[in-house]
Amino acid sequence: MNLLENELGDLKTELMEMTSMVKEQMEKTIKAFNTFDHQLAEEVVSNEKRVNGYELNIDSKCEHILALFSPVAIDLRFVLASIKMVSDLERIGDNAEGISSYIARFEKPFDKELLERLRFKEMTEAVLEMLDILVDSFEADNTKLVRTVFAKDDFLDEINFSANQVLAEYFRTCDDPEKITQAIYLLTMIRKFERTGDYITNIAEEIIFYVKAKVLKHKKNKA
Amino acid sequence: MKIEANNVRVSYGSEQVLKGITMSIKKNTVTAFIGPSGCGKSTFLRCFNRMNDLIETCKVEGEIMIDESDIYHPKVNINELRKSVGMVFQKPNPFPKSIFENVAYGLRINGVTNKKYIEEKVEWAIKQAALWDEVKDKLKKSAFALSGGQQQRLCIARALAVEPSILLMDEPASALDPISTTKIEELIYNLKASYTIIIVTHNMQQATRTSDKTAFFYMGDLIEYDDTRTLFTNPKKQKTQNYITGRFG
Repeated sequence: MNLLENELGDLKTELMEMTSMVKEQMEKTIKAFNTFDHQLAEEVVSNEKRVNGYELNIDSKCEHILALFSPVAIDLRFVLASIKMVSDLERIGDNAEGISSYIARFEKPFDKELLERLRFKEMTEAVLEMLDILVDSFEADNTKLVRTVFAKDDFLDEINFSANQVLAEYFRTCDDPEKITQAIYLLTMIRKFERTGDYITNIAEEIIFYVKAKVLKHKKNKA
Repeated sequence: MKIEANNVRVSYGSEQVLKGITMSIKKNTVTAFIGPSGCGKSTFLRCFNRMNDLIETCKVEGEIMIDESDIYHPKVNINELRKSVGMVFQKPNPFPKSIFENVAYGLRINGVTNKKYIEEKVEWAIKQAALWDEVKDKLKKSAFALSGGQQQRLCIARALAVEPSILLMDEPASALDPISTTKIEELIYNLKASYTIIIVTHNMQQATRTSDKTAFFYMGDLIEYDDTRTLFTNPKKQKTQNYITGRFG
């Protein structure tokens, strides 16, 4: 193994660790939401600085590899993809922190009936499945597996879109200010889960880019 | 096409070093030949001005066309061929003469005697080689007084003075410091407008910086030949990828 291979191996290991950490942050967030566990939500908020730490380290490692090793071909694609992936991973971490900070803020559990109408469970399960796929496919450079996240992202988009109508109806009929506030926060959370799906999709595109040299960005039919 | 090579096979005695190379090179482009030592890239380069003819055991088969003429045709005048296909070597090799005479040499041996013409041509060639400002006040000084980088540009000027249309460069910057290397690379870039250039290099970054097309050779075969940008970002062959990423062998 040459020096560059060692450096790239370290970079991948660190990116894998960051991906796993971000996945764990999102898992804890969803668990904190489902169990209304303030302590767990606060743990996610506090762990966010570790996610940021990974981002700084990986950025610096990429800069170092580009400056000292002038990588080409798949090596260059991997470093370029890493720079973009790390940024998307950090944003997923931000979303987990954002959702957790909302959970920690509320004293009463969320309205179960509204959650059901918003298809919250389906949405959070899809996000976790996408993160599982991301971790497995990234580790094995499995582009066939990673492509399966695109359909799941469409599913998240559909739930996000339907949430608008559900909440419009809810606001028309609800006269409890506390419930309305809660519903507004739920809508923000749904947006954050939907954005998380977009970030996972971006990362999947980067995996396909560095493994297969194919650019899927801005293409409609990705699957 | 400026150059077309068809099924070129070269052997030294019983050892075949090129195993049937076919490629076309467009006019006014820079083509880089890369590959590990002994892959045949320099041998192939030397086919274009028939330098291999000087090696007794060397046998060249196949066809090389320059401007649609077969340069291995028995009626070809080798001196005329080498006038139109200039060559620059790895180590600067100025003659033990003045800067001026080094560049005038090619003209003189080609029978040019008009002093004014020679002076104009020498100045033109040194300017083309981006060396004029550094030597214009010391043209009568020995070429050996120049730095390695300047000597190499002087050798390029010497090659250009006889107005070739093709310039072959065999690792022209490998013996130079980074600043001289940059100057040679800028020169290659600028010369492209007037010449078709083929450069053999072991320096991958040099290939990527200077060339339009890159050909990767391995053990006498042309493995991959593509736009430099494509070859260095998305090579089609695993061997090419292994070589350019340093995972060879």
